[in-house]
Amino acid sequence: MTAGATYTSIASTTLSSTASSVTFSSISGAYTDLVLVISARAASGNYHTLKINSDSGSNYSRTWIYGDGTSASSGRQSNASFIYLVTEVIPSAASTFDTVITNINNYSNATTYKTIMSRGNNSADQTGATVALWRSTSAITTLLIATDAGGNYQIGSTFSLYGIAAA
Amino acid sequence: MATANTFVQIGSTVTVGSGGAASIEFTSIPATYTDLIVKASIRNATGLDHMLLQFNSATTNYTEIIMRGSGSAATSYVLSTLIPSTNGLESGYVGSDTNIFTNCEIYVPNYAGSNYKSASIDAVQEANSSTAYMVLNAPLWSSTAAITTVTLLGQTYNFAQYSTASLYGILKY
Repeated sequence: MTAGATYTSIASTTLSSTASSVTFSSISGAYTDLVLVISARAASGNYHTLKINSDSGSNYSRTWIYGDGTSASSGRQSNASFIYLVTEVIPSAASTFDTVITNINNYSNATTYKTIMSRGNNSADQTGATVALWRSTSAITTLLIATDAGGNYQIGSTFSLYGIAAA
Repeated sequence: MATANTFVQIGSTVTVGSGGAASIEFTSIPATYTDLIVKASIRNATGLDHMLLQFNSATTNYTEIIMRGSGSAATSYVLSTLIPSTNGLESGYVGSDTNIFTNCEIYVPNYAGSNYKSASIDAVQEANSSTAYMVLNAPLWSSTAAITTVTLLGQTYNFAQYSTASLYGILKY
């Protein structure tokens, strides 16, 4: 049996002009899991957010842990209308980008709620992890990544979506 | 939609031999890929130590924020607190317990680009004892040079036999 590709680039965006959001739409159900990798700069004071399938209902919750160089903390939020992907602020300094890796397992099933796990890294602010839940049984077909305060992502920011296929 | 596999091993897995090794190094990394991933399984033969990460053999321009769980407390600190010689990035605790290896994963997006290099490091060590360490690290190498060499090294002690590290490239289209 010839092995198929199990880690595939679905789509990728490198910003050539500033933008307050990036959308991956028409995501195929051909894979088992999704991996979203963000390397971004943004206007000062903005955080990464995620909405799934354009759902703005109070269907999201999250629990987080982070370290800021002084102490480690954990907290949570229920019944939110979007997800803060991670707790770190997006860097704004020149040439400085963060690294955010998000895993969405079993994203295309139409039976269960969807759990999202993210690792955020900004060496000038925080390192941390966030687990989120989208209380919907719909298959995920659209991801909207946006800044929370409407500030723009800066030129050179990259957003890459990968699909992992079970063999 | 592309269908090619985008997760590709670069070179071969390095396995430390019976004499131990001060470091594991991947050199001449091509700019063919978009992101790099290092997966390592590391032990030493002497005692608890920090594993460090260097890019292009540089010993300067590293900053990081670390969160550490020890089994009894969660703390956060910056590079200089626990690593007096700021010559690399914290990549986890490594111990000498028999058959116990620290797992470490390093993700470096846009490694060949001209911006500073941000990364993500996760490292875990478990020894069935009262204290073990897991580390989440937000590192930055403030250099615009493309990364062509990745080095893992013990801060004080050599890596022990059967320690392994593999380098992967991620392609996007």
